Amino acid sequence: MKRSDPSKIVFTYQGDGDLASIGTAETVHSAARNENITIIFINNAIYGMTGGQMAPTSLPGQVTQTSPYGRDVNTVGYPVRICEMLSQLEGPSYLERVAVNNVKNVKAAKKAIKKAFQNQVEGKGFSLIEVVSTCPTNWGKTPEKAMEWLEENMLPYYPLGVYKDKYADKEGK
Amino acid sequence: MADKVLMKGNEAIAEAAIMAGCRFYFGYPITPQTEVAAYMAKRMPKIGGTFLQAESEIAAINMCIGVASTGKRVMTSSSSPGISLKEEGISYMAGCDLPALIVNVERGGPGLGGIQPSQSDYFQATRGGGHGDYHLFVVAPASVQEMVSLTAHAFNVAEKYRVPAMLLADGTLGQMMEPVSIEGITVEDHDKSWALTGTDCKRKHNIINSLSLLPEELEQWNLERYKRYEKIEAEEPMWEEYMMDDADVCVVAFGIASRVSRNAIKAARAQGIKVGMIRPITLWPFPKKPLLAAADKVKSFVTVELNMGQMVEDVELATRCKRPILMANRVGGCIPTPEQVLAQIVEANKLGGAQ
Repeated sequence: MKRSDPSKIVFTYQGDGDLASIGTAETVHSAARNENITIIFINNAIYGMTGGQMAPTSLPGQVTQTSPYGRDVNTVGYPVRICEMLSQLEGPSYLERVAVNNVKNVKAAKKAIKKAFQNQVEGKGFSLIEVVSTCPTNWGKTPEKAMEWLEENMLPYYPLGVYKDKYADKEGK
Repeated sequence: MADKVLMKGNEAIAEAAIMAGCRFYFGYPITPQTEVAAYMAKRMPKIGGTFLQAESEIAAINMCIGVASTGKRVMTSSSSPGISLKEEGISYMAGCDLPALIVNVERGGPGLGGIQPSQSDYFQATRGGGHGDYHLFVVAPASVQEMVSLTAHAFNVAEKYRVPAMLLADGTLGQMMEPVSIEGITVEDHDKSWALTGTDCKRKHNIINSLSLLPEELEQWNLERYKRYEKIEAEEPMWEEYMMDDADVCVVAFGIASRVSRNAIKAARAQGIKVGMIRPITLWPFPKKPLLAAADKVKSFVTVELNMGQMVEDVELATRCKRPILMANRVGGCIPTPEQVLAQIVEANKLGGAQ
């Protein structure tokens, strides 16, 4: 769509199952081509819409509907770190992982998302913001407990930060 | 007389698509249709179009969905195994009511099959192909010239009814060189008010979507779509009749099989057998009317197909099994010889009594 009408803003809002599993090839190659689009990637370590199955980003030992004994890395492997993986490519312009677990991080997330869209306006190419977030319903936790679980388990495995910023490097920032 | 050039079938499709206003092509390499992509790769950048070799067939068809959503002409091409991969996206296209052209230059199957010509994707093409209730407008050229005219026609029909269209060819037609004239292509102007072109805050948002979790709503979408299909079935069937005026035997064949059949018919006529042919040009909608009419005149039918007998089912349905139907077929990349077809015509001529 972006190629059909470059004057329009094109973004996707994708979950971990979509982006990090069934659509990984498309994600990698649109990044490699540095398509001038913005991707908001919500990583909550579970398939939410289908009701709580194991996601490519589910953590080792995490109990889900399809990993009832906990994710066993010996049989189903390890969770995928998308920002780290894409940062190995020449193509993409901007990759950042943020979280929405406290006011400070929410503010940082907002800033990152704004920049991801600004990049598109300026024709800088592929920007992806990974938003580490909770899914209290399918994690079977209260929102408060879910936040704690995110901080104790997800953030150590998915460190926040900028993984790539082509233009910051060029601008010497 | 128009100037003619010598062109390969696959290249003729590509040039015709460009002449028909297509400026976006997405594909993934597969034999025997790669010339379409190669031609597009050369031409598109010169005319301000987009050629993109996608990372997979699935990515290519989804890119087509993106461009089609913006109301522009877009196409992809592949061959049998690649089309199977695209089927998910084709179903989504049908569900989103998006026009686009999908070219299938068939090869033998199932599975990876071979790289030689085949017509064994007939069922897949004429029954929708992916999941859900839907049809594609399917055209089957029998010459390089028809690859040109039908490519352009398919774009027009697809836009008129907001349906995906498929050009179903085979490896022979794709690779065959014939003199061809690339002109006389008309680009019809159909309503695109549904397209995603930006609202400029002046109209309501358009939504392109095939998902509804409300059964009654989804049912309505299906019913509305089938009203368009009814219209297509009434108005868009295309066929050619060859030596049918006094025929006792009617050959039914499309694509390359019809070319072989033509030779067999000439040979049979030389032996005094009154045989003709009805050649479906659209496979969906299938030309039921002329076949039903023929069933009241001829004593038997012979279908000629490069598959195990797929179109023969549509002939049975169209003729309501009024007359016996024989078949001359080869599969796996083989093509029936005129002698094989002639032998079946001779057999068919012995069957049934004329009215």
